[in-house]
Amino acid sequence: MKDAFGLPQSLLVLGGTSEIALATVRRLVARRTRTVWLAGRPSPALEAAAEELRGLGAEVRTAAFDALDPESHEAALGKVFAEGDIDLVLLAFGILGDQAHDEREPLNAVRVAQTNYTGAVSAGLVAARSLQAQGHGSLVVLSSVAGERARRANFIYGSSKAGLDAFAQGLGDALHGTGVHVMVVRPGFVRSRMTEGMAEAPLATTPEAVATAIELGLRRRSETVWVPGALRVVMSALRHLPRTVFRRLPV
Amino acid sequence: MSADTVPDADWGTVTGWGRTAPTGALVVRPRTYEEAAVAVRDCGVRGAVARGLGRAYGDAAQNAGGAVLDMTALDRVHAVDVAGGTVLCDAGVSLHRLMEVLLPLGWFVPVTPGTRYVTVGGAIGADIHGKNHHVSGSFTRHVLSLELLTADGRVRTVTPGTPLFEATAGGMGLTGVILTATLRLQPVETALMSVDTERAGDLDDLMTRLTATDHRYRYSVAWIDLLARGRATGRAVLTRGDHAPLDALPARSRARRAPLAFRTSRLPAAPDLVPDGLLGRTTVGLFNEVWYRKAPRCSRGRLQRISTFFHPLDGVPHWNRVYGRGGFVQYQFVVGHGREEALRSIVRRISARRCPSFLAVLKRFGEADPGWLSFPVPGWTLALDIPAGLPGLGAFLDELDEEVAHAGGRVYLAKDSRLRPELLAAMYPRLDDFRALRAELDPRGVFVSDLARRLAL
Repeated sequence: MKDAFGLPQSLLVLGGTSEIALATVRRLVARRTRTVWLAGRPSPALEAAAEELRGLGAEVRTAAFDALDPESHEAALGKVFAEGDIDLVLLAFGILGDQAHDEREPLNAVRVAQTNYTGAVSAGLVAARSLQAQGHGSLVVLSSVAGERARRANFIYGSSKAGLDAFAQGLGDALHGTGVHVMVVRPGFVRSRMTEGMAEAPLATTPEAVATAIELGLRRRSETVWVPGALRVVMSALRHLPRTVFRRLPV
Repeated sequence: MSADTVPDADWGTVTGWGRTAPTGALVVRPRTYEEAAVAVRDCGVRGAVARGLGRAYGDAAQNAGGAVLDMTALDRVHAVDVAGGTVLCDAGVSLHRLMEVLLPLGWFVPVTPGTRYVTVGGAIGADIHGKNHHVSGSFTRHVLSLELLTADGRVRTVTPGTPLFEATAGGMGLTGVILTATLRLQPVETALMSVDTERAGDLDDLMTRLTATDHRYRYSVAWIDLLARGRATGRAVLTRGDHAPLDALPARSRARRAPLAFRTSRLPAAPDLVPDGLLGRTTVGLFNEVWYRKAPRCSRGRLQRISTFFHPLDGVPHWNRVYGRGGFVQYQFVVGHGREEALRSIVRRISARRCPSFLAVLKRFGEADPGWLSFPVPGWTLALDIPAGLPGLGAFLDELDEEVAHAGGRVYLAKDSRLRPELLAAMYPRLDDFRALRAELDPRGVFVSDLARRLAL
């Protein structure tokens, strides 16, 4: 059960090697979390992440989960929920793709969309049903500012996150009053493996800062969390720029 | 059990009085014992727990995904023995209702907490205490017998001295659903209190006064200013008293003509939309300063209404809303006599941390009662409210827990919403007995609450 500060005792990470997710888990394990499920494609990286978290004192198990295989989601998540209540599901999988390359290779672009959006729709609905049955829990969805307004430079990724974001907001409204809380997290540019070698955007942040913001959002039962918080204002302004202006921005 | 006795039920979210950690549950409102039995029988795999008026601060009367039995429709006062001073009533009867019924007959509830709006069932489940704990012990000391609906569907009559009674007294509703109880009452001549008030300049002064003179009073409590710093750390206002005898009432006054009339007053309810952070250090600091200054340095024998003396906050319905949407946490612990240093240290830490707490009270407990998870033990108890949104509060309270546990003390489960489960066994040495009895009485785990899940009770 979550405590008065929204801190979970058990959590499930979908996308168990995500750096933001692992930073969040580390933070929560230092507080109340004892049981952690890392779900992802079986890999040495997943096992290494599990081993590291065990070192922090958590009871960690891994589960096979593939965002690109929606048919398997019901069984994969069902197995986890059958073992006991999950107080927090962190939907953290996602790929950035390579915009320039993917524009020429539509199938690659589809893969981005299928991972970030279709996979999340499936996993999100499956997780939501289990959370609703247990009458409590938070579903934390890692969206992105890129989904707030698609940019020329990464509109494939951006559009997939836009879909995910809209889906998660709607799901949150659907679950309102059931005891299940859905929180959409919109980080800006996060310095991580995913963005390695890329030019840093303004208001860049770190996985640890996102983890801190998630913990705060859980305490406040926020529906939307921007990281850093200033992005809420910045994106609100950008959202209202006319297309002709937005197109010319060096972002 | 015919089809027309299926109880009302609605899905909804439920929180404790602190309005933190809402969870969804099927809220069932049984109107008869049979309906309560049906609700328990049909509750499904997520189990059931009884709920009274929802005054437990944390998650004791919540049951995520399962059934929450709202017991307040079972509210009959069955019989009052006016000569012997006992009452038999349903578990859903509030102490407010009991006072309305009993005071005109010259009787008072044996123990009342800081609110009248708790049910008898809740009072037993949390084994509540009041300002008279040093004299009268906790609520279940005055329970002569109770009827308990257990997981097997049976209704058992449970009397003091049995393991089931001791598990149920303070058992947070996890042994079953209390249906009725017979209570021993306190005789009174009037519905007024004769109250002595005095100020204490700091914590040591306060503890000296409480230790030296508490035994002279049936009721005793101290409001403590936890924002005061330096030499004033722990300054307090002591209010102590007893039921006023008839001859203490002025002749030819309204009170003298109807000495047993139960009078209360209510202000408008707190609004639902209060911004978070209204109760910050400045506002609470100001409140505390005024509250301390306005208290008489020393006054004797002032007459007060029962509601003013015991239940000042009941005058503002929904006062818990003043903490805003983020809600608040109540922290109450007890440390034994001889552990005063731990109390001093904790008060200093809270004061140094500037926790905006305007409802902090300190009390000396008397002898403990046998409930296995009953909170009071002889010693000092401090209770304070803190807005849940205060940065770093969770970690701070964890540190206080460690200090409390180290001093052999414990925190109060009826108020808890955040204890680290690992500390529970150290705080409640009979926990294993409690678990064993539950495992035997309720092998399928029908009775369960969010509190029970969180702390693995």
